[in-house]
Amino acid sequence: MKNKMIFSEFFRNNGVVMGSLLMGLVGFWLIFLVILPQLSMLDFSFRFNLPPADVGGPKDVYTLSNYQHLLYGSDATHQTYNTVDLWVFVKTIVAAMAVTIFNIFLCYPLAYFLGQSKGSGFVRLLVVLLIIPYWINEILRAFALRIIFGDSGLLNEALMFLHLTREPIDFIRQDIALYAGLGYAYILLMLFPMYNVIESLDRNQIEAARDMGASWPRIHRRIVIPHAKPGIVSGATMVFMLSAGALAAPQILGGPSSLWFTQLVYQWFFNSLNWHQGAAYAIVLLVSTIIIVLTVMRIFKVNMGDIGK
Amino acid sequence: MGSGVAVDLENVWIRFGDFVAVREANVHINGGEFFSFLGPSGCGKTTILRAVSGFLEPSDGRVLIGGNDMAGIGPNKRPTALIFQNLALFPLMKIWENISFSMEVTGASARERRKRADELLDMIALEGQGDKLPSELSGGQKQRVAIARALCANPDVLLLDEPLSALDLKLRQHMRTELREIQQRVGITFIYITHDQGEALTMSDSVAVMKAGVIDQIDTGHNVYDNPATPFVASFVGENNVFRGKIKSISGEEAVIGTNRSGDLLARVTPTQVGKLGVGDDAMMFIRPEALELGSNSGNDKTTISANVVNEEFEGNSFSVFLEGDGGKLIKMAVPNVGQDHITGRGENLSLHYDVNNAVVMPAGELASE
Ligand SMILES: Nc1ncnc2c1ncn2[C@@H]1O[C@H](COP(=O)(O)OP(=O)(O)OP(=O)(O)O)[C@@H](O)[C@H]1O
Ligand SMILES: [Mg+2]
Repeated sequence: MKNKMIFSEFFRNNGVVMGSLLMGLVGFWLIFLVILPQLSMLDFSFRFNLPPADVGGPKDVYTLSNYQHLLYGSDATHQTYNTVDLWVFVKTIVAAMAVTIFNIFLCYPLAYFLGQSKGSGFVRLLVVLLIIPYWINEILRAFALRIIFGDSGLLNEALMFLHLTREPIDFIRQDIALYAGLGYAYILLMLFPMYNVIESLDRNQIEAARDMGASWPRIHRRIVIPHAKPGIVSGATMVFMLSAGALAAPQILGGPSSLWFTQLVYQWFFNSLNWHQGAAYAIVLLVSTIIIVLTVMRIFKVNMGDIGK
Repeated sequence: MGSGVAVDLENVWIRFGDFVAVREANVHINGGEFFSFLGPSGCGKTTILRAVSGFLEPSDGRVLIGGNDMAGIGPNKRPTALIFQNLALFPLMKIWENISFSMEVTGASARERRKRADELLDMIALEGQGDKLPSELSGGQKQRVAIARALCANPDVLLLDEPLSALDLKLRQHMRTELREIQQRVGITFIYITHDQGEALTMSDSVAVMKAGVIDQIDTGHNVYDNPATPFVASFVGENNVFRGKIKSISGEEAVIGTNRSGDLLARVTPTQVGKLGVGDDAMMFIRPEALELGSNSGNDKTTISANVVNEEFEGNSFSVFLEGDGGKLIKMAVPNVGQDHITGRGENLSLHYDVNNAVVMPAGELASE
């Protein structure tokens, strides 16, 4: 009932021609660029990796083997687990969560400062300064970080100059560069939703709480954070999804021995040329991240609708 | 409850950069008094209130509450509670949590808070509504919740920043009486801000009239209305007919002003200006529309104005008659509606008479702009 009204209003506001065109474009985008490719991946993931001659033949049947491979590896008896890949999977999810939480703590004070300082010219300048580095390609940014974190990079030089360390620290091998790179890659996607909600908070509410004797921690806990929750969750969702699915940063900044789950997917597709196996891995990652996001939203009592605001 | 606590502003200046928002304010507010700041938008009312509540420090001068200098004491440490112009209820908290927020701060248990909130809800006639959210209440109900929330902290001074401005006329009038009753019941000092002179006059023990950062007069509502200290006060508080001219003669508290267009008129020198007004000074004389009477020529032409009727408007409780005096001077007269069909015919020439006590004269000055 309500949806119908939204549609009729949409057409009234935009006119029938423009309205249909917009709807058509959105529909095209959704169906051809989002839904169909994902469906074909889903289909791929349930099929054997057959030589071209057998595709469509009697051997081309649905199977769970691609998914079983993630659990048990090539052990056909399912006695041992595929610890290597599973460990990479768990590590990727946990690290993406850690990056997300780190970003929340980093962005909250910044967003509060930007959002509540009444949009002076100085603040707007700060925001622009934050955006400028993102005009540069993601891969270039990752390489720049690699140089900074390298053995004779800026950071090590500075630490040694200050006599804080004798030997250069291997930031790359210890994955510090990777986490820094991931955190940095999507930090604006955390900052801006937070900034938007915090800016919309009526300053009088903060002052009212203050007037009633509340300390700053309490004001944040009771007034600012509850108000900012949809923004925090929407930022966290994006950062988590994108970090878990990142490829450039792990490729460039990851240590030689550590793999990100997306790199496994990449290897299945392009090194082993087994698209079916790769699709299964990709789907597992996608579904797990979605479940995690929905669970977190449930726990923090945030609706999809709030996030869209 | 207590008899309330006095608030003093001593020589308070508040500047924002080069802009002077409050200039040399000296105000004494007695404990338990209902004190109003009245002035047009942007004159610095909120700024004064923020200085009392502690959200900003005066650039100069002192704020004292109960005789104690408040310099360096933050808003969360002052015995004041502020009701904001937009109420600033917490939209995500239930009504009872809103009301008892100041107790949450001091660590009271949920049971105690709920109990106190329910008591206050009874007081504001919203019993049983504690579990709603602010968005589920009407404007007047939100208003009352804001008052209850402020009172919950047992403040010594309640500061109200135009809390009724968002309400419709009927509700506003009702809330006026209610606020006054609450103030008398709890007995604490109320500092009330408004640009509505009706509110200030009906509720307050004292009124301070402000103009662009300057306090022109502090007095009872009655005195502000009858004995305005400046042309601004005379023209801002209530309606007034203004006659400009020069003082021709002064005898004691009465003066004759040679008006530019209405001849010589007799008026009472406003109390604060007695002895300060001299012959030949530029002056302004004010007569309220309701102080003008029809016909009844007393024989004294220094209290009679002759004018032609231009228009008549029916206001319900009175008729407003607009007249044109000599030289095109516009004059407004209010005649109580006691059952007449109408007052006069258009173009009719009338003699308007007034009692000297109802006309005040003072040095010329700035008027409140319409
Ligand atoms: N933080 C500030 N910085 C600069 N100027 C300010 C600041 N706060 C207030 N002012 C200025 O001080 C003057 C008085 O403002 P104030 O808010 O006290 O007015 P007000 O009398 O409460 O008006 P209103 O009835 O519209 O609420 C205004 O001209 C305003 O522009
Ligand atoms: Mg104001």
